Amino acid sequence: MEIFATALPALAEAFTLILQPSALLYLLLGVVMGLAIGVFPGLGGIAGLSLVLPFVFGMDTVNGLALMIGMVAVVPTSDTFASVLMGIPGSTASQATVLDGFPLAKKGEAARALSAAFASSLFGGLLGAAFLTFFILVARPVVLAFALPEMLMITILGLSMIAILAGRLPIKGIAAAGLGLMVGTIGEGDAYGALRMSSYDFPYLTDGLKLVIVGLGIFAIPEIIALLRNDSAISGTARLGAGWLDGVKDWWANIWLSVRCSIIGVIVGVIPGLGGSVVDWIAYGHAVQTTKDKSGFGSGEIRGVIGPESSNNAKEGGGLVPTLIFGIPGSGSMAIFMGAVALLGSGDIEMGPQMLSGSYLDITYAIVWFLALANVLGTILCIGLSGTIAQLTTIRFTLLAPFLFMLISFAAFQSNQSLGDLVALFGIGLLGIFMKRFDWSRPAFLIGFVLSNPVEGFSSQAWQVSGSKFRQGWDVGLSYIFSPIVLVLIAITVLSIFFALRQKQAIATEGAMESGSKRAPMIFLLVIMAYLLVAFFDANGISDRQMTDKIIPLLISSISFFACVYLLVTMIRSPEGSEIFADSENASQEDSPPHGLWSTLGWFGALLAGSAVLGFIVALAGFLLAFFRFRAGLEWSRVFILTACGLGLICFLALMLNRDFPPGVVQEYINLPWPVGPDKTWFR
Amino acid sequence: MKLFKKLALTTAAVALCSTAYATDQATLMKGKTVEWTIPFSEKGGSAKWANFFAPLLGEATGATVVVKFMPGAGSTKGANWFQKQTNGDGTVMFGSSGSTQFPYLLSDPRVKYEYKDWNPVMATGTGGVAYLPPALAAKFDGSANGLKGENFIYGSQGATRLDLVPLLAWKMLGLKVEPVFGIKGRGDGRLMFERGEANIDYQTSSSYLKGVQPLVDAGKAVPMMTWGSLDASGAVVRDPTFPDVATFKEVCEKTDGCETKGEAWDAWKAFFTAGFPVQKIAFLPQGTPQEVIDSYVAAFTAVKARDNFAKISGKRLGKYPMFVGADAQAALERAVSVPDSAKTFVLNWLKEDYGVEIKK
Repeated sequence: MEIFATALPALAEAFTLILQPSALLYLLLGVVMGLAIGVFPGLGGIAGLSLVLPFVFGMDTVNGLALMIGMVAVVPTSDTFASVLMGIPGSTASQATVLDGFPLAKKGEAARALSAAFASSLFGGLLGAAFLTFFILVARPVVLAFALPEMLMITILGLSMIAILAGRLPIKGIAAAGLGLMVGTIGEGDAYGALRMSSYDFPYLTDGLKLVIVGLGIFAIPEIIALLRNDSAISGTARLGAGWLDGVKDWWANIWLSVRCSIIGVIVGVIPGLGGSVVDWIAYGHAVQTTKDKSGFGSGEIRGVIGPESSNNAKEGGGLVPTLIFGIPGSGSMAIFMGAVALLGSGDIEMGPQMLSGSYLDITYAIVWFLALANVLGTILCIGLSGTIAQLTTIRFTLLAPFLFMLISFAAFQSNQSLGDLVALFGIGLLGIFMKRFDWSRPAFLIGFVLSNPVEGFSSQAWQVSGSKFRQGWDVGLSYIFSPIVLVLIAITVLSIFFALRQKQAIATEGAMESGSKRAPMIFLLVIMAYLLVAFFDANGISDRQMTDKIIPLLISSISFFACVYLLVTMIRSPEGSEIFADSENASQEDSPPHGLWSTLGWFGALLAGSAVLGFIVALAGFLLAFFRFRAGLEWSRVFILTACGLGLICFLALMLNRDFPPGVVQEYINLPWPVGPDKTWFR
Repeated sequence: MKLFKKLALTTAAVALCSTAYATDQATLMKGKTVEWTIPFSEKGGSAKWANFFAPLLGEATGATVVVKFMPGAGSTKGANWFQKQTNGDGTVMFGSSGSTQFPYLLSDPRVKYEYKDWNPVMATGTGGVAYLPPALAAKFDGSANGLKGENFIYGSQGATRLDLVPLLAWKMLGLKVEPVFGIKGRGDGRLMFERGEANIDYQTSSSYLKGVQPLVDAGKAVPMMTWGSLDASGAVVRDPTFPDVATFKEVCEKTDGCETKGEAWDAWKAFFTAGFPVQKIAFLPQGTPQEVIDSYVAAFTAVKARDNFAKISGKRLGKYPMFVGADAQAALERAVSVPDSAKTFVLNWLKEDYGVEIKK
């Protein structure tokens, strides 16, 4: 009851702050800006906050909070558009949404998938806020209970979702996840800076590959290329089936799933250091395991949309806990938010334990409920728009694809501002295309990649700390490693793997598949094995003094290599046409798409190569003109209009967000005016 | 594409309204957009530092100051980029930190930049405080003699970063400190301490006041020592923010086997000087005309002279001086001049104790 005595007056105070008309206006402004930015894949809360940062200094505290929270809160709502409609993971929080949301869009049920997603997001956001209102007062000891072994176990629980998403052949899923983990270790080790599969002579890789690039490459590029080859609309029927009301009904029918996934979202969000990267996968796994008929997952099961979407907005609320009461930001956008809050009003708000004290509790609650209210506003706007925006799936895809290439290249370039970003995007995209073609689970790969860094960091750190605890005594060490939370997490992990393996029908993460001859799938396997082998010997060359940078790559590459050897032996023994030789290129003549893989990919390759020489904008102009004219076969007038729209949009985005374009060789030598070159003096 | 246009227009309207916001203070940079590049991600202390100064600088110059982030290769990527900038119109600015200074001083092969080419316009400093859990603090009596048998665990970001200063200090005191490398920020180090996984830690002054002081008040942590502060003659004196806490120098003098002269001390002091009293520096690129530099110096002087500057900067800068113009130049020279003997000592120690080699 003591909690209520503290919470309720502060809560009442917070609502008088929130419900001022000016605050609501700023909140709406923030929401609209957040939605506009979130729609673009790869641009998130950080981009939005940087946009308003110059103007928040000295702004009224409540209005400033409203503006910034409105912006941050709705990014995970509007990025759903890209995930569902285009199969492009808009941000880390909506990767799992792609798995079932995009197949729904292909079936012409985009509006239904979108509104189910938005309803879930809204509910998750509200439940998260309600839960936080009381939880935040007791959160401190709970958060502190999650030490390194607990975080390692959560990471392993996340990894165990691979068992659910491994695809038809579990061993292939393990190899795919292992490859993802290995790709995640590329670059400098966190502990000693030892180089893995990279060199200072070629500095791009030393910082490792960024999630934006891997997410776009592994999911978006294969889908865009596949759709483009078919030269049809995304929606197979080229019209919209179920409408937005059906989606809301779907959500209501699965309300308990939504409740559970929201709670998962809040809890995982609360733990600092894990962030949101695992939460949507855990929620997805949970949705799969609690569904009786699992056959629809991977090909358009609405529960596969509701689960992750309920969790990812709830996670934003949970993520406020470490930010507010420990002063440790859970994400890049939270970090900017924290910094910006200190600029507001008289500048006396500092995130930290004092946010729970009597004098600031009303502000804390205002933040929590601004978040909830922003979710409501954002969802209403998004549901309202979803019917219209879903029409995009009925447009001939060939007219959309160039804009998507443009946007994902631009987004990818923001991660390192190096031409290497575009090369990496292309390379990972190629890997994604082949994984899709040969039925290697791309979700398993992505989970491996996302969790690579936490697995490595938490395991080596937990090992080191437990070593010191064991020196104090066996009982100290054992109680450190096997805390009640760890034991519970181990039990959940074991049960989750057990049920995943017992279920007979696997989730077909890559949809239905043809099988074909031995040659192509085996070559792909051999290439993967060669990479794993090289990575093994590369890691083996690291000094033993730097063991923590060495052990994980060694271990993972060995395990994945043996999984591949097992696959190879099975392949040699199996007859042609067995499901191990899944190959989507093997469809019979009538079914095969009108355009070839390489000629389609060549267009994208040409854009990249052109950027390397002429710079992005010149190359893009040429690419758009040529594509619309020769691939899409439009008349010149429409070619010029569409090209101008594309160039205008991208320049506008870059200008507003103050981002640069990839320069080419030409720009190295000649100082050209913006946007063709980097020289912005002419319009300043 | 209709949607995109609609959304874009909305954003445009918002942004246009906001750009109208500018002051009437006429200076050279008025109406221009200044890009202030920070070679770190949005999360670190440098981001907070630049985001704090950017609007103030914008107000003083009439320019729109935008903070850009270019993280990578332990901040050497951004610094290498800045080295190539020769745009002298004042629209490009750079912010370096101790973590940019250290690789330069240790001759990291990734470093392709030269501090002496750049034009410093403003610099700020900080201090650092080491602290202990109460049980261990009870064995600390102003000398570290009672702590020599203990096994310490310290959450560290890496031995070649700012953590070099505390690690070397503890080593000189004869403490057995095992660093757990690879944590993502000093805040995570504090969390490890709070969870009882680490039993020694340090924070920079502002983070200490914000995150550790509440723990001290609650009896869960006890300050051990500060790194101190430098007086006009360059001697280590008590940190003005923590006048009641002894400095490492005082503790060292009382501890058996710790010397405040000789090569270890000289190395520690050199790297402390490079990392703390002049921690963050704002630069204009090489070849910037004097009038542009002057306008920035005037602007930062105006920022410093604001009536409310002491109040708004208190939590960020503490009681440490903010150097502008010639003072910043002098501060930079102190920060990047480390004698070769100190460098050799540190390189050998890093290799012997941690197996960390700066490859040539």
